[in-house]
Amino acid sequence: MFYIYCPYCGEHREEEEFHAKGQAHLARPKDPDACSDEEWGNFLYFRPNPRGLYHELWVHAIGCRKFFNIARDTQTYEILETYRIGESPKLSQSTDQQQS
Amino acid sequence: MTQSNRLPRGGRIDRSRPLTFKFNGQTYQGFAGDSLASALLANGVDVIGRSFKYSRPRGIIAAGAEEPNAVFQLGATEATQTPNVRATQQELFDGLVSQPTSGWPNLNFDFMGLMGTILGRMLPPGFYYKTFMFPQAAWDTYEKYIRKAAGLGRSPREPDVDIYDHLNQHTDVLIVGAGPAGLAAALSAARSGARVILADEQAEMGGSLLDGGYTLDGQPAAEWLKATLDELARYDNVLLLPRSTVNGYHDHNFLTIHERRTDHIGDRAPANHSRQRLHRVRAKWVVLATGAHERPLVYGNNDLPGCMLASAVSTYINRYAVVPGNRLVLMTTNDNAYRTAFDWQDAGREVVAIVDTRQGAAGAWQEEARRRGIKVLTGHAVIEARGRKRVQGAVVSGLSPDGSQALGSDQVLVCDTLATSGGWSPAVHLSCHTGSRPIWDDEVIGFVPGKTVQKQLAAGAVAGRFGLNECLEEGASLGALAATNAGFTAEPAAVPTAECRPETRPMALFCVPHHKRNSRAPKQFVDFQTDVTAAAIELATREGFESIEHVKRYTAMGFGTDQGKLGNINGMAIAAKSLNQTISETGTTIFRPNYTPVTFGAIAGRHCNDLFDPMRYTAMHEWHVKHGAKFEDVGQWKRPWYYPKPGETMQQALNRECLATRDSVGILDASTLGKIDIQGKDAREFLGRVYTNAWAKLPVGKCRYGLMCREDGMVFDDGVTSCLGENHFLMTTTTGGAAGVLEWLELYHQTEWPELEVYMNTVTDHWATMTIAGPNARKLLSELTDDIDLDRDTFKFMDWRQGTVAGVPARVFRISFTGELSYEINVQAHYGLHVWEKLFEHGAKYDLTPYGTETMHILRAEKGFIIAGQDTDGSVHPYDLGMSWAVKEDKPFSFIGKRGMKREDCVRTDRKQLVGLKTLDPGIVLPEGAQAVDDPNQPKPMKMLGHITSSYYSANLERSIAMGLIRNGHNREGDIVYYPLENGRVVEAEICGTIFLDPKGERQNV
Ligand SMILES: [Zn+2]
Repeated sequence: MFYIYCPYCGEHREEEEFHAKGQAHLARPKDPDACSDEEWGNFLYFRPNPRGLYHELWVHAIGCRKFFNIARDTQTYEILETYRIGESPKLSQSTDQQQS
Repeated sequence: MTQSNRLPRGGRIDRSRPLTFKFNGQTYQGFAGDSLASALLANGVDVIGRSFKYSRPRGIIAAGAEEPNAVFQLGATEATQTPNVRATQQELFDGLVSQPTSGWPNLNFDFMGLMGTILGRMLPPGFYYKTFMFPQAAWDTYEKYIRKAAGLGRSPREPDVDIYDHLNQHTDVLIVGAGPAGLAAALSAARSGARVILADEQAEMGGSLLDGGYTLDGQPAAEWLKATLDELARYDNVLLLPRSTVNGYHDHNFLTIHERRTDHIGDRAPANHSRQRLHRVRAKWVVLATGAHERPLVYGNNDLPGCMLASAVSTYINRYAVVPGNRLVLMTTNDNAYRTAFDWQDAGREVVAIVDTRQGAAGAWQEEARRRGIKVLTGHAVIEARGRKRVQGAVVSGLSPDGSQALGSDQVLVCDTLATSGGWSPAVHLSCHTGSRPIWDDEVIGFVPGKTVQKQLAAGAVAGRFGLNECLEEGASLGALAATNAGFTAEPAAVPTAECRPETRPMALFCVPHHKRNSRAPKQFVDFQTDVTAAAIELATREGFESIEHVKRYTAMGFGTDQGKLGNINGMAIAAKSLNQTISETGTTIFRPNYTPVTFGAIAGRHCNDLFDPMRYTAMHEWHVKHGAKFEDVGQWKRPWYYPKPGETMQQALNRECLATRDSVGILDASTLGKIDIQGKDAREFLGRVYTNAWAKLPVGKCRYGLMCREDGMVFDDGVTSCLGENHFLMTTTTGGAAGVLEWLELYHQTEWPELEVYMNTVTDHWATMTIAGPNARKLLSELTDDIDLDRDTFKFMDWRQGTVAGVPARVFRISFTGELSYEINVQAHYGLHVWEKLFEHGAKYDLTPYGTETMHILRAEKGFIIAGQDTDGSVHPYDLGMSWAVKEDKPFSFIGKRGMKREDCVRTDRKQLVGLKTLDPGIVLPEGAQAVDDPNQPKPMKMLGHITSSYYSANLERSIAMGLIRNGHNREGDIVYYPLENGRVVEAEICGTIFLDPKGERQNV
């Protein structure tokens, strides 16, 4: 069970308080109607599944209700950093960045 | 019964407290301080079970958690039945009742024995693997017998009478294991002031110090042990947890400890005491001091009762004053095990010989053996044990220096106990739980903990350091390091020095070669619980299974409740040899939580019965209970389902509730509907983005129904949102969807549109909501309010008003989920019951009838109103529902779901679409989930058109009604489709519109 630092609350809390929301930095296309079916399909359904560094969106659901990002190693489950929406990760060399 | 194997003195037992216990129906005596295993051995009980596959008699091998055979069913009553209890870890108490779980139907003669080789042939290696590929039916047949025969125990058929606790712990240093290394670590950490938890699976802390005749600084080890435990007990910052197994090491240094608080006292816990406790520990640093398990050697018939681990024999002698036999042969690959022969001799029994597998072994231990007059055969090995239900002799042969061949002629040594030691395997289990792979170390001749990302240190035998002095020193220094890492100033505690005989190099030997090939030799068991032999592992590699994980699955090695603690390393060594590889080339092994079996009680803790999950009640709940409501769970809410009168069936109650509502007036407790308060200058814009319809022009005082879709265009929730002020809205959601909708709104606001100024919060629990519906609803409400104008032309359908109802502030919404004239009265929750009761006071003359969720479902289905999550399932978009009126495509912002609905697959004309369905026989109510077909006589699998989503008997229409999805259904009105049911019956139904009653909507507009 993870021990997660909420960058808004400023402390570590148990995983039970959080919900995982999938890949981070996945921006909704600005003009969805201009997307081809394939582009929209990629936005909807296709996600990388890297071994190693991965950026994820989480929400402190039973806490401050804020969404934030986690950089996590998918192999060791280490959380390498957490940061607020709108901030950039310090660690970014990863396959998940190439997609979005 | 006499305790024939009990020594007249010694041991850590209390001879003044004799205890009576039962095993397999027989009554025996032991002493306080005994384990169930030591008491059985004291009584000379040799056979304690029969093996799973070959039905061979089995005895006790070990003295700790690694015991594979003595795994029993405990419990004096049905309610206290506990499976999977290792007799070696169960303290004896007066009145203990135990049963072998293997050996059905009895230990000494059984059906399985009769089957003999037949079953062996039935269950060759790869049995599981091959069986799982059989049809399910075959497995069903086998499983019954396998479970019964395999010694898996059974769960109680009555509710558990005991209570169980969970405790959340936060600690600076968690030390696992209170042997010499763990104790020294605890001293160092505790003295720094760090919060320390020291957990040990045994009743007494001390580990190996309890088992041998060690001296520390010239004094018996027991004295240092007592002083250390006394000191630790004095510290407020130290929690000592005996009888507590650290069973799981999870991510981010989260560990679970299973504490058995009363299992040593009796069959059930004393009143108001919890029987077991699960500690959920978040530790800053962990010191693993879990020790090591002695490895038995593998040889022919090594499963005969009387074949034991050398160290276990020493433990039984020193700790329990039990010598489990009279004539000992010891086979060893190392010096340390000589201790067992010396203990045996000191207990006054005969050591026939020490068989040392090493060529020319010579040193202090051999010297001591000679001094004691014990025969030592170096460069020899026991290749086979002889006997029927107990060892009667050991066949000894010469051994080639590399351990690969049995040489020369055999001699048979007459003995009744055959102790072996193949060295020690560090207990690396916990370090593996988080995915760290252990590493083979040729010096250690074992796996040691590998690289880990956990904040974890390993001290003593678990790290491959087996000497007592090494353990003490490393423990002290790593205990200090852990405390320092956790932010304390710590020094290694001074530790005493043990007097140890120097040891010469051990030999890496796992399976003793026989003159015959392994496949022809007497069975050489590797895993006793699953009856896996050396030959079976060789067969697996010959059949092409080269990965050790595949070998394990093929043979079932390590799949028992002991997780292969004794056998896995030997099995890997045998596989490696068979593949002509080194052990590290063959790979490594994985251990998963839990280290030993944990009761479901401990896992559940207090989260059972009423506390299983939080329950939510509305403000009027007590009224519903008093008036006989039957409840249904909706999410965590308890909602009235229907209100049967005495003698009424459910259908009779529903018919009455439905008719009363449409004929006069009914009332529903709608408090559970999700309510989200939304404010901010961009609230209106926000609504326009998350709903499919338009919100730009909704004036204050008006309500509007809206659909919510995911980005893929599929409906996921719906509800009415009201405009309370220019920048203030109240959104309602489905009862079950409330939390999810709020999180989803926050997601879009926080991550996509942070520039919108909008705030939202749940207010579901703030309001009690009661819906009165029916032709008399207005008359009833008018008696309770004098400041809300209820005139049909001023307070119109889809309007809301603020005012006073029954003397309290209220918001009244004229909205309808029944198609009737209907008002939803919202008052602050603590006024709810008052208003509800006032409504009944005034409603009696209108026969005001409470109705529950089931009647609500029927009434809305009569009107064709959908329930998101029932008539939709995440694959249905608004057009499929025939609700194009709820989608406003020309909104300036591309609302959520818009693009999704336009994908190629979403604009097909032959999608499954929601339609009404009338059975040709109006008395038949189709089951929800029934599948429609065009031709019921077509061959299976039939081409299915869609399923029934809602289906009821409508008392108002005097017939059944249903809604369902039908492929291309919107273009098939009037067609007949067929529903073949499970019972073979086929029901015909006609496709129709979804509105069964009042298609023009006149009833709600009166
Ligand atoms: Zn937070």
